[in-house]
Amino acid sequence: MNTVVMKQKDKIHPHKFTLWVALGSIVMMFAGLTSAYIVKRNQANWLTFDIPNLFWYSTIAIVLSSILLYLAGNAFKNREMAKYRLLVTATTVLGVLFLAFQVLGFKQLWNMGNTLQSTVSYSFLYVIVGLHAAHVIGGVIALIVLFSKAFNTKIKSYSNISVDLVSTYWHFVGALWIYLLIFLLMIK
Amino acid sequence: MSSVATLQEVDVHAGHDAHHEHHHHETFISKYVFSQDHKMIAKQFLITGMIWAIIGGLFSVIFRLQLGYPEQSFPFLEDFLGHWAKGGKLQPEFYYALVTMHGTILVFFVLTAGLSGTFANFLIPLQIGARDMASPLLNMLSYWFFFLASVIMFSSLFVQTGPASGGWTIYPPLSALGDASSGSKIGMDLWLVSMAMFIVSSLLGGLNYITTILNMRTKGMSMTRMPLTIWALFFTAVLGVLSFPVLLSGAILLLLDRNLGTSFFLSDIYVAGKVLPNEGGSAILFQHLFWFLGHPEVYIILLPAMGMSSEILSVNSRKPIFGYMAMVASLFAIAILAFLVWAHHMFVTGLNPFLGAFFVLLTLLIAVPSAIKVFNWLTTLWRGNIRFTPAMLFAIGFVSLFISGGLTGIFLGNSALDLHLHDTYFVVAHFHIVMGVASFFGMFAGVYHWFPKMFGRFLNNTMGYIHFWVTIIGAYLIFWPMHYEGLAGMPRRYYDFSNWESFKMFGGLNEFISFISLLVFAVQLLFVFNFFYSVFKGRKVTTQNPWGSNTLEWTTPINPGHGNWPGEIPEVYRGAYDYAKDGKEFTPQNVPVGEDETSGH
Repeated sequence: MNTVVMKQKDKIHPHKFTLWVALGSIVMMFAGLTSAYIVKRNQANWLTFDIPNLFWYSTIAIVLSSILLYLAGNAFKNREMAKYRLLVTATTVLGVLFLAFQVLGFKQLWNMGNTLQSTVSYSFLYVIVGLHAAHVIGGVIALIVLFSKAFNTKIKSYSNISVDLVSTYWHFVGALWIYLLIFLLMIK
Repeated sequence: MSSVATLQEVDVHAGHDAHHEHHHHETFISKYVFSQDHKMIAKQFLITGMIWAIIGGLFSVIFRLQLGYPEQSFPFLEDFLGHWAKGGKLQPEFYYALVTMHGTILVFFVLTAGLSGTFANFLIPLQIGARDMASPLLNMLSYWFFFLASVIMFSSLFVQTGPASGGWTIYPPLSALGDASSGSKIGMDLWLVSMAMFIVSSLLGGLNYITTILNMRTKGMSMTRMPLTIWALFFTAVLGVLSFPVLLSGAILLLLDRNLGTSFFLSDIYVAGKVLPNEGGSAILFQHLFWFLGHPEVYIILLPAMGMSSEILSVNSRKPIFGYMAMVASLFAIAILAFLVWAHHMFVTGLNPFLGAFFVLLTLLIAVPSAIKVFNWLTTLWRGNIRFTPAMLFAIGFVSLFISGGLTGIFLGNSALDLHLHDTYFVVAHFHIVMGVASFFGMFAGVYHWFPKMFGRFLNNTMGYIHFWVTIIGAYLIFWPMHYEGLAGMPRRYYDFSNWESFKMFGGLNEFISFISLLVFAVQLLFVFNFFYSVFKGRKVTTQNPWGSNTLEWTTPINPGHGNWPGEIPEVYRGAYDYAKDGKEFTPQNVPVGEDETSGH
């Protein structure tokens, strides 16, 4: 019986594995969109576009938040709960900030006349970045849950499963954003 | 008997923990409605799927009335279709809606959700030795998203302008412009929203199936000891998880084109003499996105049927499945190739013929793993001690249909031939036999075989035999003649062939096909009656393992509770196909390897 329990511990937790498969699925969705983008771009009437400056600020926000969440995970493992609370709060704030920059960036574009309907290139930009933002919203909600758990003194949870799950997802949406940004810059 | 483990414990410590005896109150709601027990969720999927199958089948009967008897009017149609059948004649708009919904319902709601939803949920935990899915909650949500999708799709049948009518493939511009047809209006929006819910349901289910199979197998259940049903359901889930998101992105772009004025798929379009402002889109792009899902979807439908037939053929031949590893490898090959052949649906779109040649080659390559499978099924039957139970007959029927439908796939996979055959009844005949009816046979085989495990009772055999023989003969009588119609160039989706000089000669044949389809539909109702009758009044199962089967689901009590095994989960010592080995008729997977046995488990 003991050996069995040991073996179970080496195995990846089913919820974590489920998340990894889900990430694969999300990757396929963006692969579909970006390959549709490439197909469209090779047609005659494609117009190039500029990425709003604010997207650079949001990039900084999401990279920084990823680093802080990594540190928060370490703090949690070392049971430095005060540090953990602080870092989770900072990550959540940065996550919200990322979304705010995205919205403002889109507003900037829209006011310049580059609306969703203006050209197919801008339509793609809005859809791809918008769908990514939708996934970030999911991540921010998860961060808020983590944040409220961290400050809830009634629940004493020392399981790191949920911390691990949220940080895996959050690093993923961060990495996805970097990929999309490079993609959009390289292939305009 | 009905001991219940709390779910958190089940899903966290799924291994060899002793069964925790936490009796908590089960109300009607928590047991039958918002159940997190994979067996109950499987039954929910099955029964919802059956309701959809009746609706979808009925639609085909109604449009077959039009095709078989184009001159006649049926006043009773007006009684329940109202203005869609004015004076007892089906209106052309509604004919297209019926064809579209027939395809949508049967492809997605019956043969995807109803088939893999039912059997992946039911069989995965039972056959790999787990108490439940990796996440019972996601599993429950998967059903309820399907239910929501069902409600939305069902309500679209009743909107004033009718349900979607642009074909189940919803190509733009017909699906993108509300003014294009009556079915392109609100019905189309509901279709898209319903399918978005459906995709969420499939993804939640698929994630769970994959994780459960990879993570929650009982001790000793290595991947190569898994029954072929599990392998097939595994590859099905992988296909779904990787291809449905691409359809979702296509559907999102289509929704934006419809409602927010974007032009992803639209360019240079005139509606009623008016130029539309949309510019720069490409309707072909949608086809690429759609078929990147659409082709794997064919295998999402077919693979579970293959897996269940493999299992049932082996159990009822009392012989090991021939070439277990070859069966797994060919499933794997099919799953890979499924992603590389989508453009064979698009040979006539102006696809570069050079590119087309690659898709022809890859498409024809599918014949290799398919032939391996057929060979192995036949060699499994060869000199077997065959028991012709209804499940076995349906499994054999599946093999028969897979062969005859698969052969015409070789014709269609050739781009040169496809130019002539595309969008004719030849295609209709091909995919109905190889994908539609064949998968239905796999599903029926599964229902007859695992009904005793689901409900603790048997289905009535006599009704089962009638069901089988009428269905298989009927299916061939319906779809075989369609090949000839297709070769003669008769196009699919047409409302009335009686005005076409070249197709008038098929008038009698169409009438014959319609008549047979009525009979076959009636026999399906007999099956539905048998199903519900037997749930309550069927012969009771008295032994744990009525089919003498090796797999773990037959080591559970006759009516297993939530958690499946009252004691510890059995350990596995051998593969699932030790039939007729070492002088024993069968040796279940949980029996340790004895001293007197030859090697090779």
